[in-house]
Amino acid sequence: MSTSSGTPESWISSFCSLLGHEYFAEVSEEFIEDDFNLTGLQNQVAMYKEALEMILDVEPEEDDDDDEEEEEDEEDISGDVRDGPGGRERRHHSRVASDLSVIESSAEMLYGLIHQRFICSRAGIQQMSEKYDLGHFGVCPRTNCNQTRTLPVGLSDIPGEDTVKLFCPSCLDVYVPPNSRFQTVDGAFFGRTFGALFLLTFPEYDLSRSGAETASTLGRSADELTMVNGMYARNIAPGLGRGKIYEPKIYGFRVSELARSGPRMRWLRDKPDDVTVLDEARRFAEEHGAESDDDDESMVNNNNRPVASARRRRPAGNPTLRQRQGLNGSPMNVDANGAESEL
Amino acid sequence: MDDYGTESDSDYTSYWRDWFISSRGNEYFCEIDEEYLTDRFNLTGLNTEVQYYQYALDLVTDVFDLDCDDEMRETIEKSARHLYGLVHARYIVTTRGLAKMLEKYKKADFGKCPRVMCNSHPLLPMGLSDIPNLKPVKLYCARCEDIYNPKSSRHASIDGAYFGTSFHNILFQVYPALIPAKSAERYVPRVYGFKVHAAAALVRWQNGVRDDMRRRLRKMEVESGFKDGEDDLDDDEEEDDPEEDEEQLALVRRDPALGAGPSGAYGGDAQMGSVA
Ligand SMILES: [Zn+2]
Ligand SMILES: [Zn+2]
Repeated sequence: MSTSSGTPESWISSFCSLLGHEYFAEVSEEFIEDDFNLTGLQNQVAMYKEALEMILDVEPEEDDDDDEEEEEDEEDISGDVRDGPGGRERRHHSRVASDLSVIESSAEMLYGLIHQRFICSRAGIQQMSEKYDLGHFGVCPRTNCNQTRTLPVGLSDIPGEDTVKLFCPSCLDVYVPPNSRFQTVDGAFFGRTFGALFLLTFPEYDLSRSGAETASTLGRSADELTMVNGMYARNIAPGLGRGKIYEPKIYGFRVSELARSGPRMRWLRDKPDDVTVLDEARRFAEEHGAESDDDDESMVNNNNRPVASARRRRPAGNPTLRQRQGLNGSPMNVDANGAESEL
Repeated sequence: MDDYGTESDSDYTSYWRDWFISSRGNEYFCEIDEEYLTDRFNLTGLNTEVQYYQYALDLVTDVFDLDCDDEMRETIEKSARHLYGLVHARYIVTTRGLAKMLEKYKKADFGKCPRVMCNSHPLLPMGLSDIPNLKPVKLYCARCEDIYNPKSSRHASIDGAYFGTSFHNILFQVYPALIPAKSAERYVPRVYGFKVHAAAALVRWQNGVRDDMRRRLRKMEVESGFKDGEDDLDDDEEEDDPEEDEEQLALVRRDPALGAGPSGAYGGDAQMGSVA
């Protein structure tokens, strides 16, 4: 991509142009060269140093025949690139072929793990938004999502657990990519955070638009700019709610809920008509949470608790202000630790 | 689709239906019995829906013997496909038709649900309208009870009326044992292990809707069909605040399936990640 400073035949470019690697961004060399970004990865891949050199196209120090290598590079553009990013070295170092294949797969693993971090950085998420605009990640297969563009995500941050999935911001659900070539791509290379972080980073995207239309931002009308729980109300699951739930019918008659084969999953695609009630539901839950004897430390799941306890610490009174913060608060809030900061 | 007209010019004695259902793109169709097709009663009203109705019917039933030019043949061929589709919609809600579609369903001939939490549950073709030429075919998942677009454009252009709005629902009425267990398992968006606040609030609201439904069903003594947490609502002594308990249980169960790392154990809602 445009942010890469490498030539077209760099390891990173050729990795990203492999079939099935269409979702990957090209991690910038600046990002990789900053040791801070690689913290902890040394222990996660074999032959880390060699793998890192391969990714950055650094010639190994013990290289014997530099001249021939240069010539080969030219041919590789047409030929070996499809075989795998390490193809060009293979011929020259046949005696260490096994090492090279280890380094190759280590390099792919390392690149993936760096990629997971990169796409959550400012430069990375920007590059991913460009790919999103261009429709590189496909659209939601759900009929009522009306071709909303999806985002590649992992269900785990740990490599080897699951393949890449597609997150739909319109129904907030995850789907298997339609093409089987993506079913060998590790989901951890995208990670659990990117999808949701994308929505929070670009709150102005008009998510109700379909992939066929050009990407655009929300209008400026007051209605469109209502905030609920840190997001524009219009962007909270626009593919869900009244009119977007499949209604099973037989000869025109709705199948009753009381039938054995009646609908049981409407809730999954439901949404209040007025999403601002979600804010009130939360306040209600918080108040009930506060009365409970349950220990805040347990924090297993009840996500109201930390917020509720934090709120109790604040000076009492001024409920109006609190409400306004709830409805119109900046999306830049982190209220997990009870602190609010206008960034 | 056009192969028949061009490749086997004079060979109209071959079995048209065999050719039709084995053509690429026609994988969703089952074969309509000869018996059904030749009973005029089953075709009531279709003569006004289909151009050159009699020729088309002759073609479908392999008795077509009109000597005509290619253009005319192509028109009749098109009519025959349309007629087959319209009869198909009626046939698949008969006992024999349901059984044939059931076999295809079991083989996942209609594809698998793309929703991750549905674990590749097989799909069924369906229409959003019974009137032809209005809406293309969609695919119904009985596990999440939602509808999806076919992956291939070849399938996406088939008329949904050839399957109709009722067939997939009738199938589960006739074969209730095939209704898949329902699951509350779902995806929860997270940022650095924290649930996204807006999404988490919606999830809580939806869980409330689900609990209300399950209470209604229990009151009416109707099976809810949920495989997980079937007992969650049975504790009447906790009536004071059952909603919260239910949510806790459901969430605890959900997390391992989502591969929650250590950070997933936190319960805060993140409105914005601290990076970026
Ligand atoms: Zn969707
Ligand atoms: Zn499904």
